[in-house]
Amino acid sequence: MQNINSQDDSFSRFGDSLEKNASDDILEKIIGVILFACAFVSVLTTFGIVLIIFQETFGFFQEVSFAQFFLDTKWTPLFADKHFGVWPLINGTLLTTAIAMAVAIPLGLSSAIYLSEYAQPKVAAILRPAVELLAGIPTVVYGYFALLFITPLLRNVFPLELFNALSAGLMMGVMITPTVGSISLDAIKSVPRSLREGAYALGITKLEAIFKVVLPAALSGIIASIILGISRAVGETMTVVIAAGQQPRITVNFAESVETMTAYMAQISGGDSPRGSLNFKTLYAVGALLFLITLALNIISYWVANRFKEKYD
Amino acid sequence: MATTYQRDDYLDSTAEFTDNIDKREALGKVFEILFLLGLLVGLFVLALLLFDILRDGLGRFLTPDFLTETPSRFPDEGGILPAIISSIILGIVVILVTVPIGVGAALYLEEYAPRNWWTAIIEINISNLAGVPSIVYGLLGLGVFNYLLGFGPALISGALTLSLLSLPVIIVTAREAIRAVPNSLRYASYGLGATKWKTISSHVIPYAVPGILTGVIISISRAIGDAASLIVVGAVGFLTFNPGLFQRFMALPIQIYSYITRPEPGFANAAAATIIALLLLILALNGVAIYIRQRFTIH
Repeated sequence: MQNINSQDDSFSRFGDSLEKNASDDILEKIIGVILFACAFVSVLTTFGIVLIIFQETFGFFQEVSFAQFFLDTKWTPLFADKHFGVWPLINGTLLTTAIAMAVAIPLGLSSAIYLSEYAQPKVAAILRPAVELLAGIPTVVYGYFALLFITPLLRNVFPLELFNALSAGLMMGVMITPTVGSISLDAIKSVPRSLREGAYALGITKLEAIFKVVLPAALSGIIASIILGISRAVGETMTVVIAAGQQPRITVNFAESVETMTAYMAQISGGDSPRGSLNFKTLYAVGALLFLITLALNIISYWVANRFKEKYD
Repeated sequence: MATTYQRDDYLDSTAEFTDNIDKREALGKVFEILFLLGLLVGLFVLALLLFDILRDGLGRFLTPDFLTETPSRFPDEGGILPAIISSIILGIVVILVTVPIGVGAALYLEEYAPRNWWTAIIEINISNLAGVPSIVYGLLGLGVFNYLLGFGPALISGALTLSLLSLPVIIVTAREAIRAVPNSLRYASYGLGATKWKTISSHVIPYAVPGILTGVIISISRAIGDAASLIVVGAVGFLTFNPGLFQRFMALPIQIYSYITRPEPGFANAAAATIIALLLLILALNGVAIYIRQRFTIH
């Protein structure tokens, strides 16, 4: 509106705005600083995580030795006879994660292959968001479904405990399928058309082109998606705390109840351990281990995915 | 190499090739069906899950007091009002905190940030934060908001924890929306003598609004469905009043968890009914997102 009114004396207004440049400059600088501060919040978050977790973990290791934590095979911090061997928790995490990935890798990859290589674009445009809905369902809902639907169903076939690694792992696998699927899909889609056409020119079938050309070419993207899926499974909490139970033990029997690192953390925080108590510190010690494991997995995934990007750009 | 073949050898191998091709194509068909089945398994489980929850929870959900009363120790009585109010307040605070900071960070990274090692650190840092498990954010919230700032296990601690959890997702999606704004728009604005901030505030942001809002709503739905971080911060499973910012609080997922872990039989139905309420809330949010995207997209 102002512009229209000011058109007749545009020269003097232009002069005005030139004079105002100094204050504009300051405003621009201030805004630049404010926006930088917003971005810096993310760096502060990381510092916060590292400082707080490792401060409490340091306190933990002043009372419990590294050897007790990493060499003992019993985890009973809440009992009178206290043991702090973290291996049962790691075992539970690995067992449920392995089951989850046994589901998520084939389902995620076949979704990605079907959507990229077979489905009509219009069908894919409906099916892809439909599959990704799986990732939008709150994880506590998967816990409910695992405990009250999958477990009773499976108990008709296998002699499962009420809380067991199998149901929780299966549900977690379905939940992680879109993670594996959509990153693999992007990787498969970015394999150049020319590679497929070259393969067809040599007289091979579509399926052979997929297995011998497309998948190997997209391999690093697929591996990155799988590693990211593992990281999600390791950090997932609600499904395992509800359906896998709270029995820290070293076992490969998926019919038994196990306890994961995250399930232990949820269990101990529900109990209102006072700050400074040893129980409170175990929460942070396990949290530190979880953080380091997922951080390592995320970094590996990021690194593998970036190597792949350079290949075709 | 090809020149060393005898001509009839070549013919022979072609014949073999054609014989084989039917089998290989058939195998291809089999695998196409397998891939499709792999895709459909997930959708089938989703349908089964929704069916199971509706079957278990609809009866309880449709009782008149379920949405309007405070929880009761009996599974067939009382309601989930404190949990609904908590979840809505949590969502509002998360929006108020993360939208300005997240969009600000995205604007900085897309429009202002120099290409140097420092910016690279911020970027890698954000993508790493997006992969940190929710329960670890709970530890951060417990340390910073409950103890360092002294809020205790109050709604504000939970809300700020969820805000930090949502921030990376909002930054990533807002960046994509801002990156999608055509450069011609920026040049036109600069050409008229506008400063950088004027260009951004009057051209870049309005153009990017639909994309940004979509990202915001996706991450708010995640935050509202998240339970693990709130358990660590100290959300409770039973509350007889509607919480304020500095009081103890609940949340719909926490209510669900609390119902599931009770042994009496009727609570499973109460949990399923609460799940219906949570899914409806998330569905409503996504409906808003779709509406906004269609209403405000500049064609």
